[in-house]
Amino acid sequence: MQELINRAKELLADGTVARVLGWKAGDLPYNPEPAYFEKEEDFENFVYNGFCGANLSKYMIEASKLEGKTLVCLKPCDTYSFNQLIKEHRVDREKAYIIGVGCKGKLDIEKIKGMGIKGIESISGAEITDGADTLTIQTLYGEKTCSYADAMLERCHVCKGKEHKIYDELIGESKETKDAERFDSVAAIEAMSPEEKFAFFQKELSKCIRCNACRNVCPACSCRKCVFDSNKFDSSQKANVDSFEEKMFHIIRAFHVAGRCTDCGECSRVCPQGIPLHLFNRKFIKDINEFYGEYQAGEDTDSRGPLTDFTFDDVEPGIVAERG
Amino acid sequence: MYKIAKENLAALFQLIAGSRELYLPVKVSGQVNFRAWSEDAEVDLDTLKTVKSPKDAFFPQSEDLYTCRKDGKKLTVEPEALKEQDFVVFGMKACDVKGVEVLDKVFLADPVDSFYAARREHGTIVAMACHEPEETCFCKVFGADCAEPVADVAVWMTGEELYWKSLTEKGDALTKSAESLLAEADAEDEKKVEEEKASIRGIVEKLPYSNLSLEGWNGEALNEKFNSELWEELYKPCLACGTCTFVCPTCQCYDIKDYDTGHGIKRYRCWDSCMYSDFTMMAHGNNRTSQMQRFRQRFMHKLVYFPANNDGMYSCVGCGRCVEKCPASLNIVKVIKSFQNQGGDK
Amino acid sequence: MSECTCHKNYTLDTLIPQVGVITDIRQETPDVKTFRVNAPEGGKLFEHMPGQCAMVCAPGISEGMFSITSSPTNKEFQEFSIKKCGVLTDYLHSLEVGDEITVRGPYGNHFPVETELKGKNLLFIAGGIGLAPLRSVINYVLDNRENYGTVDILYGSRSADDLVQLKEIQEVWMKTEGVNVYLTIDREQEGWDGHVGFVPNYLKEVGFTTDKTALVCGPPIMIKFVLAALQEMGFSKEQVYTTLELRMKCGVGKCGRCNIGSKYVCKDGPVFRCDEIDELPNEY
Repeated sequence: MQELINRAKELLADGTVARVLGWKAGDLPYNPEPAYFEKEEDFENFVYNGFCGANLSKYMIEASKLEGKTLVCLKPCDTYSFNQLIKEHRVDREKAYIIGVGCKGKLDIEKIKGMGIKGIESISGAEITDGADTLTIQTLYGEKTCSYADAMLERCHVCKGKEHKIYDELIGESKETKDAERFDSVAAIEAMSPEEKFAFFQKELSKCIRCNACRNVCPACSCRKCVFDSNKFDSSQKANVDSFEEKMFHIIRAFHVAGRCTDCGECSRVCPQGIPLHLFNRKFIKDINEFYGEYQAGEDTDSRGPLTDFTFDDVEPGIVAERG
Repeated sequence: MYKIAKENLAALFQLIAGSRELYLPVKVSGQVNFRAWSEDAEVDLDTLKTVKSPKDAFFPQSEDLYTCRKDGKKLTVEPEALKEQDFVVFGMKACDVKGVEVLDKVFLADPVDSFYAARREHGTIVAMACHEPEETCFCKVFGADCAEPVADVAVWMTGEELYWKSLTEKGDALTKSAESLLAEADAEDEKKVEEEKASIRGIVEKLPYSNLSLEGWNGEALNEKFNSELWEELYKPCLACGTCTFVCPTCQCYDIKDYDTGHGIKRYRCWDSCMYSDFTMMAHGNNRTSQMQRFRQRFMHKLVYFPANNDGMYSCVGCGRCVEKCPASLNIVKVIKSFQNQGGDK
Repeated sequence: MSECTCHKNYTLDTLIPQVGVITDIRQETPDVKTFRVNAPEGGKLFEHMPGQCAMVCAPGISEGMFSITSSPTNKEFQEFSIKKCGVLTDYLHSLEVGDEITVRGPYGNHFPVETELKGKNLLFIAGGIGLAPLRSVINYVLDNRENYGTVDILYGSRSADDLVQLKEIQEVWMKTEGVNVYLTIDREQEGWDGHVGFVPNYLKEVGFTTDKTALVCGPPIMIKFVLAALQEMGFSKEQVYTTLELRMKCGVGKCGRCNIGSKYVCKDGPVFRCDEIDELPNEY
């Protein structure tokens, strides 16, 4: 982390960048917030640890409109989002100085609390340089431990790899955290009967409170004005008036980001109700892979996405009927 | 005071639900929220905080107000019936109860919101002491005592027992209806409850936010706070979602909308969020065009405007749900602390 | 029905509207119509005070807050002057006499005609559709003439065709003793031999004495310059009343969107004395 801070200060001082987009330590051990650093003294609170899960690519949409370059810290998986945003002309590559930061998997405080660990006072083992496989957590109710892997975000278990897809320089080591197959969870749902599938999603989506956190955090949701915010669109917007509305919102959103979603997992990370929203997107990715060949959105900045391209090998629409 | 063994709670809930609607914390797909009791519901009284506050019980996320029908040129308006069924909300916490007090200030102020008032009239609140408060809690700062909640009935869960103390007439009525399952508590039990209270208060003292100072947030110096440069810094990570407002027990802003059912136009209201860009949008413009302004509005309202209008009562109860749920880790504590630090520098 | 009597103390909720029938429509200008509204069984929907507003709703289309332009002294009906400028108003303009709408209200405060304004010399300054709320006060004052001093009305619009209530202005107000009416339009126009120029400038040209209380209503930019002009002319802020307009939904200070500082414009406003506005955060 110190190397990162030093380098950031250097680039600020020599005028290469006008600001640094990273994370500021919170007032609890696990709640750092995305923040801008413009002056040397701001770095007092700079932090980069296991709880810095936020994908800062989305913030670069706004930062691209600012004067001068913004140094942005991107984890390997965040760089896919950044590439995709370049492809969609939502960020300006020239306005970004990307430091690819090392990652050994990001932590999910909900998972830690889900283990019954509460009254957290401090957490050690979450530092990025720490090789520890265990988190030691001091709580008001005594010391607790849990394995780093058990506390990781779902997305880290199916990590796309430790390679940064775009960067100006790299700082820090990344670690392979993949210990599960990305499409297993989708396959499990595919194996359900239609009734079971419906019940599963009904149950999950019935928790939705229409807070729009999933949409607003999503790097693929970069529309200036969302169709769901239009008063000319006959939907209930904020109200979860009936289960149809909830499903419509999430399914439309999934369709809209299909072929562009990099599977960054932010939607599921931020959902206050713990809805596994990434499953929708991942299903589309799985289908796209099967229909049009392996494709990873955000892998590069110039290839054409399978849904915005046509080849003679493309599946015929009838495939939908055949699949039932 | 009465008591009931924890293992008999299922029977207690069944008994209560026999004569009244019963809402209590239920776990669905890993998340605990207040829901209607049913025999197969997974009741969870151990999770300290439900994701959403229980304000739904009195101010549902969306509710119909009336139906308007058209017959030729003639219109008729059929108002929705007001709540007439008694119900119980079991397991609210001291902060949640305080949240209802805040809502009362809004909805029971003249002109009374009759939909809300009817629910308040028919609702009985059973509030539960917080056995193990968490680091995100700061209800003490706003004057709530999570060791001894004040509601129609207060309950404590400790050891293998749940202790039950009625505090109001409504509480007495509920107690009477549940009499067959409740046993009189003795002096020994009273002692256990006192010990539980002392233990809770001991933990509260150690919570990181318990000593948060509200100095300077007294409904005065309104323009000074409003014009502070801190907002420009504070709002930056805000994603403009409505999570904080929707999990909050005191946020009460709502929207009113029509829905064409095909056989009449339903007029309903639903929670809205001052964080949303369309909240103040008018035909000829918007008086809060930036997220900074919207972010500022939320906290100015809770900490300055509301107290100015309500004898100093804040529109925050320290439940800490925003602390836990904000996707960008922003929250009211960070706002209060920032202003405090700035004051200190002067 | 139910035997429950516990709600007997509640009146019908304020969010539940009444049905109103349109009994007259006057085309005031190319884009402003005045709608007369009665209860279906005849008579007024409710009593109101000058400056108060009501929520007018076209079910399934939208709902909006409009000031009641008729005076409370009119015992037969209420009127709304509505400018065509959006989904709701487009729809309202398509309605015909006999069509029904829903109305709830009255909402908000009113010009203090029975207290602070009593016995005062009054100066009304209006621009465009901004005459609508002031017209209610003007007619109230004219119908209770003995309670007020001099009445001056300065009213301007973009063009002669955009002056609302022109017939009433010419046939009633101009002919009432002790009432001076000053009309102006923004730009020269064929057939117009009256004053040409913006309202704030005309105000300074006429040069009213400061023994008056000013009531100002119009587009925000006009209000801004009128207030500055009045100050320049020596009027104190306590002598000037105006109205604020923010997004409103509930009308009763609960839904939150018209909140500004510790005020709710729908409930504590729309009428504010200018020194009160000064205390509000600059967000209107």
